[in-house]
Amino acid sequence: MKEKILSSSEFKSLVRSKNAISLILTMAELVVYFGFVLLIAYNKEFLSQKIYGPVNVGIPIGIGVIVVSWIFTGIYVAWSNKKYDQKVAEIKEKLGGE
Amino acid sequence: MQTVLGQPTLTGIFFFLLFVSITLYITYWAAKRTRTTTEFYAAGRSITGLQNGLALAGDYMSAASFLGIAGLVSLKGYDGLIYAVGWLVGWPIVMFLIAEPLRNLGKYTFADVVAYRLKQRPIRTAAATGALITVLFYLIAQMVGAGSLIKLMFGLPYEIAIIIVGCLMIAYVLFGGMLATTWVQIIKACLLLGGATLLVLLTLYKFGFNYLELFSTVTTQYGEKFVQPGGLITNPLDAISLGIALMFGTAGLPHILMRFYTVPDAKEARKSVFYATGFIGYFYILTFTIGFGAAALVGQEIIKKIDKGGNMAAPLLAEALGGEIFLGFLAAVAFATILAVVAGLTLAGASAVSHDIYVGVVKRGRADEKQEVRAAKIATLCLGILAIILGIVFKGQNVAFMVGLAFAVAASANFPALLMSIFWRKFTTQGAVWSIYTGLTLSVVLIILSPTVWVDILKNPQAIFPLKNPGIVSFFASFAMGILVSLLTQEKEAEAKFESEKIRSYIGVGAE
Repeated sequence: MKEKILSSSEFKSLVRSKNAISLILTMAELVVYFGFVLLIAYNKEFLSQKIYGPVNVGIPIGIGVIVVSWIFTGIYVAWSNKKYDQKVAEIKEKLGGE
Repeated sequence: MQTVLGQPTLTGIFFFLLFVSITLYITYWAAKRTRTTTEFYAAGRSITGLQNGLALAGDYMSAASFLGIAGLVSLKGYDGLIYAVGWLVGWPIVMFLIAEPLRNLGKYTFADVVAYRLKQRPIRTAAATGALITVLFYLIAQMVGAGSLIKLMFGLPYEIAIIIVGCLMIAYVLFGGMLATTWVQIIKACLLLGGATLLVLLTLYKFGFNYLELFSTVTTQYGEKFVQPGGLITNPLDAISLGIALMFGTAGLPHILMRFYTVPDAKEARKSVFYATGFIGYFYILTFTIGFGAAALVGQEIIKKIDKGGNMAAPLLAEALGGEIFLGFLAAVAFATILAVVAGLTLAGASAVSHDIYVGVVKRGRADEKQEVRAAKIATLCLGILAIILGIVFKGQNVAFMVGLAFAVAASANFPALLMSIFWRKFTTQGAVWSIYTGLTLSVVLIILSPTVWVDILKNPQAIFPLKNPGIVSFFASFAMGILVSLLTQEKEAEAKFESEKIRSYIGVGAE
């Protein structure tokens, strides 16, 4: 049973797509966060520009990093619930394994 | 402004006793259903995604992050936000890389996952050491924080406060195991989220629910600089190093990782991270507003007079807006927060001792459930007493470096080995052992040589290691060492097992 699952093209594509999603989202999160850190370190002037009244660029960006992190995890959950779990169920049904 | 902070008030004591009696009742209820190891370590895997999300948030939102970040924002403005952001960004990493495989591969501790296809004894010894050191430093920081906070809020002597905290946490874990600990976390998370929301609503009410008004007030009072990034991050390398420790440390904290075994399957584990990220993110945005509100409505002078570090900004704001009752409520919430976090930490530490070291290493995997639960309870008691003693010994110390160290060790010793064992076929036992010990030693040694300890505590004129946080060196060194040693050694058996591990990791076949 194990060999059958491991050598099936469905399982291989499942592993590939899951790793791809994980890697892309991880990279995106790293870029967002370390981008923010580097802005603070190297370009304080940019963050200090005013956009509306007393509010400057840095405030929506800072809060934005928190919100974006949540959206990313939301994207991952939505993908897993729709695509991933369905594929897992298909593999289990076709090749057995409980 | 007159404040009753620092004196025990009737409302404060009332809310405190209410919380303690409810949680002790839960412990009594949980004790009746905590017999087996699964029940003791993992609440019988009966927790739902939403409940676990709240409990994860409860484990993570420590008093340091609530009172500390609100205080930092009230004194430093924008720079406080930088910390709040750093504390959140590890959660997506937990979600994308480790939550599901961890749930599918492990049983009670993250060492289960690292040791899954490698040699049990050396891995369990190494991983449990990493887990214990992380837990201990985090625990000491929480205990010392607890003592000083309770002293400030209720006026209780430091030592008495530590002993009360210690005894309550021992009771929760010893009798109620993970089930009681989880429910203490859930209640605390709800109280904290509710209390902070109320505080923000009352603050915004003062400004006619116009956020811009609040901003204008703080900028006229403290100048434009207050809402701009300032001097907190001066050395970019230091900022990146701290960022690495915070981000990957979250994904290596044993008490957080342990929570993934309390849910029935990977799907619920996934959901719980989503909820936790939402709750924690929302909460940090609230603390940001609370900090600004305290700066505007209480004023920095009073905040600093009560506590130099600004830790009392949130309670002072509560008193200014809701009087003694709200202060009493918030004081009790802060107390609850500390209790819940130390209970979670103690349970994680006890499981590393009993499940990994006693059963895995000493008994070579051959111990029955009764023996294992007994070992876990003895470990709980010892850890609890140790926490009380260390809390008293470290009285008055700056604990920020201990939290930094806990995150640096978690990011350098625990996370790389965990990640490589899940994703890399050629990872070997030797590689894992070297990776863990390299990360562990480097992070501890470098933090001693860093300005935080070498200059601030040991009073030397110049630091040997220039960065405040060792993350950037120890994190990458741990990976490099793990890769190098794995390439130099070969483990055919581990490679073969990687395939069957894949089935379990990706589709959950055979997962408990």
